[in-house]
Amino acid sequence: MSTQKTLFDKVWDSHVVHQIQNGPDVLFIDRHMIHEVTSPVAFLGLKNRGIGVLYNQRTFATADHNTPTINQHLPVEDPLSANQLKALEENSKEHGISYWGLGHSKNGIVHVVGPEYGITQPGATIVCGDSHTSTHGAFGAIAFGIGTSEVEMVLATQCIMQPKPKRMRININGKLGVGVTPKDVALFIISRLTTSGATGYFVEYAGEIFRNMSMEGRMTVCNLSIEMGARGGMIAPDEKTFDYIKEREFTPKGAAWDKAMAYWSTLYTDEDAIFDKELNFDGSLIEPMITYGTNPGMGMGISNDIPKASALQGGVATYEKSLKYMDFQEGESVKGKPIDFVFLGSCTNGRIEDFRAFSSIVKGRKKAENVTAWLVPGSHKVEAAIREEGILDILTEAGFELREPGCSACLAMNEDKIPPGKLAVSTSNRNFEGRQGPGSRTILASPLVAAAAAVTGKVTDPRELMEIQMA
Amino acid sequence: MAYDKFNILTSTGVPLPIENVDTDQIIPARFLKATERKGFGDNLFRDWRYHQDDSPKTDFVLNNPKYKGKILVGGKNFGSGSSREHAAWAVYDYGFRCVVSSFFADIFRNNCLNIGVLPVQVSADFLQKIFAAIEEDPQTELVVDLHKQLITLTTTGESESFDINDYKKNNMLNGFDDIDYLLNIKNDIEAFAKNTPL
Ligand code: SF4
Repeated sequence: MSTQKTLFDKVWDSHVVHQIQNGPDVLFIDRHMIHEVTSPVAFLGLKNRGIGVLYNQRTFATADHNTPTINQHLPVEDPLSANQLKALEENSKEHGISYWGLGHSKNGIVHVVGPEYGITQPGATIVCGDSHTSTHGAFGAIAFGIGTSEVEMVLATQCIMQPKPKRMRININGKLGVGVTPKDVALFIISRLTTSGATGYFVEYAGEIFRNMSMEGRMTVCNLSIEMGARGGMIAPDEKTFDYIKEREFTPKGAAWDKAMAYWSTLYTDEDAIFDKELNFDGSLIEPMITYGTNPGMGMGISNDIPKASALQGGVATYEKSLKYMDFQEGESVKGKPIDFVFLGSCTNGRIEDFRAFSSIVKGRKKAENVTAWLVPGSHKVEAAIREEGILDILTEAGFELREPGCSACLAMNEDKIPPGKLAVSTSNRNFEGRQGPGSRTILASPLVAAAAAVTGKVTDPRELMEIQMA
Repeated sequence: MAYDKFNILTSTGVPLPIENVDTDQIIPARFLKATERKGFGDNLFRDWRYHQDDSPKTDFVLNNPKYKGKILVGGKNFGSGSSREHAAWAVYDYGFRCVVSSFFADIFRNNCLNIGVLPVQVSADFLQKIFAAIEEDPQTELVVDLHKQLITLTTTGESESFDINDYKKNNMLNGFDDIDYLLNIKNDIEAFAKNTPL
C-alpha cells in the first residue's frame, strides 16, 4: 500500500483517538461551534446524565438561525425564538462557553464568524450542528455538520464517532468566464453529481480554478459540498489561506504561529496519493448558473432550457412533482421570468465579496419596483465593511435597504419568509419545497445573478448588464 | 440518552415513493423552535400533510387510514439536506422505528442510528418490490431482523440482507449510546487532548 496520503487522510488520521474494529473511529474535535437551534436538547442531555462540558474553551456559541434581521436592539417578539435564544445564553454562561449573542459586536452566522475571528484554522477538526459546517474546509480543515446527539457527545467528550468517509477529488482547471463566480462553480458541480453523487465521500477541490479563488470564494464552494451529499469538502491551505488568518483573534501568535505554520505547510495531498473517486471538469465551460427545481442538483447554465423529463434516467415522477411545484414547464427557458423576491445573504453568499459583486451590478441602476429585496450581511463585521467600503451608499442610491446579520430567509425560521407562490432569486443554498417559507419558490444563483434580477425584475443573465457597463 | 432496544420488528409499512425526500419536508424549519425533544411527530411532513389552514391533505399517505405501521418506506436519497436531528426525532415521535430506502443521506442516517431508529438500505429492486407489495395489499408485513441483518417481505418470503457496522448493531441491540462508550475511554481522550493545543 502506498504511504502517500491525501490532505484529508493527513488531517483525519492525526485526530483519531481510538479505532473500533468494524465500527467508527473516535475522532478528536479541535473546535466546536454551537447555535440556538440544535444545542438546547444537547445541554438537556448533559444535565440528565449529570455531567458537564469537558473542554469549554473549545466550544463557541453564536445566535443566528432564529434571530430577527431588523430591530435587533428590541426584545425578540416570537416567544419560542426568544426562549431558544435565552437557552443558548444561559447554557453558555453555565458552562463557561464564549457566547456571541444578539447585539454582540462579533455576532453573525456561525460559518461566517468562525473564519472571521480565526476560530477556523488549517488542519483542524471542526464540527457544528449545521450541515454547512463544510464551509470551514476552505482553510484545509476537516469540518462537517452533526446532529444534536453528536453535539452532546462533543460537549461531553470533545470527540465524535464516525466511520471514515471515502475520498473524492474534484479537479477543475481552465479559466472562469466573465460573470462566473465560485457559486456558479459549485452549482455546476452539484448539477453534474446530483444531490447524492458525493454521499459517503469527503471531497478535496483541486486545480487552477480553486487556487485562483479568494478565500471567500473557497468558502462558498466548500459550503455547498453538503448539497451533493458529501460529508464535507476541503482545499489545501496556501499563502492566501495563511494571509487571511494571520493576526485574527483566535489564531496563534509569535512562536506558536511559526510552529503552526510548520505543520500547516505539510497539509497537501501527496503526489501519488490515491482517491476512491476522481472527477475532472473544464472551468471555461461553466456559465452563470440557476436552479429550476426543488433541490440544488436541478441546476443549469442560465442560457439553457429546463431539461425534458424524457432525458432522465428514472425518477420521472419526482421530477415532474418538482417542476409542478415551481410552476415551470420542461423545455422552457427560465430567463426572462418575472420574480418577486431577491435574497442576498446566508453562509453561502453573505460575505463582503458577495456584497461587492452585488453592488457592482446595481451601481447606477434602480431596484425594480416588483421586487422585494432582502440584503442580509453574514455578520456585523461584514456589515461594517459594507459601510466602510461605500457599498451601502451604492445600495441606498439604487433603492435597497440593508438588514441586520443572521441566517434570515436561508431557512426562514424568523420573520423573513417568502410568501406562498412567490418566486425568489436567492444566493443561499437550498431550494427545497418551502425552505424559504411555506409554498415559496426558490431559484438559487450567484450574487451577480441576484443583482441582475433585482434591477430588472426578472431572471436575467448578469453578463448582459456587465456588457452595458463595459461599453 | 439511552433508547429502546431493537431486535426484530414485524410491521406493516407506510409507503412514500418519492426521491430526495429532504429534511425540510420531514420537518420544516419553523417547527425547530423547541428547547426540548417533544411533540415533533405532530409536524412530521407538515407541509405535505396539511394545507396552510391546517386541514389535512387527504391524498397524503399519512392521512390515509389504509396505511399504518412502524416502518416508513421512502424513495432513493432519503433524508438529504440539513443536519437537524429533529427530522429523526419527528420520524421516531410519530411512531416509526425503522426507515427503509435504497439510499440514505449520511447525516440523517447517523442521526437515526443515534436515537434508535434503524435505517435499512435495500437494493433499488427490492425497494420496488416492497412498494408494489404494499400497494397491492397495505396489510403486507415486513420483518426487520437486526440480529440477522435481514429484511423480509412476508407475502412472498423474499428477503435481502442489509449492512450495519458491528459497533452500531451492538448499540441498537442493547440500547447503548455513543456517549456511554466515550465516557469509558475518557482517559485516552484526556491524554490526546494534552498533546493537541487549542
Ligand atoms: S445561513 Fe442557512 S445554511 Fe447557513 S448556517 Fe444559517 S441556516 Fe444554515
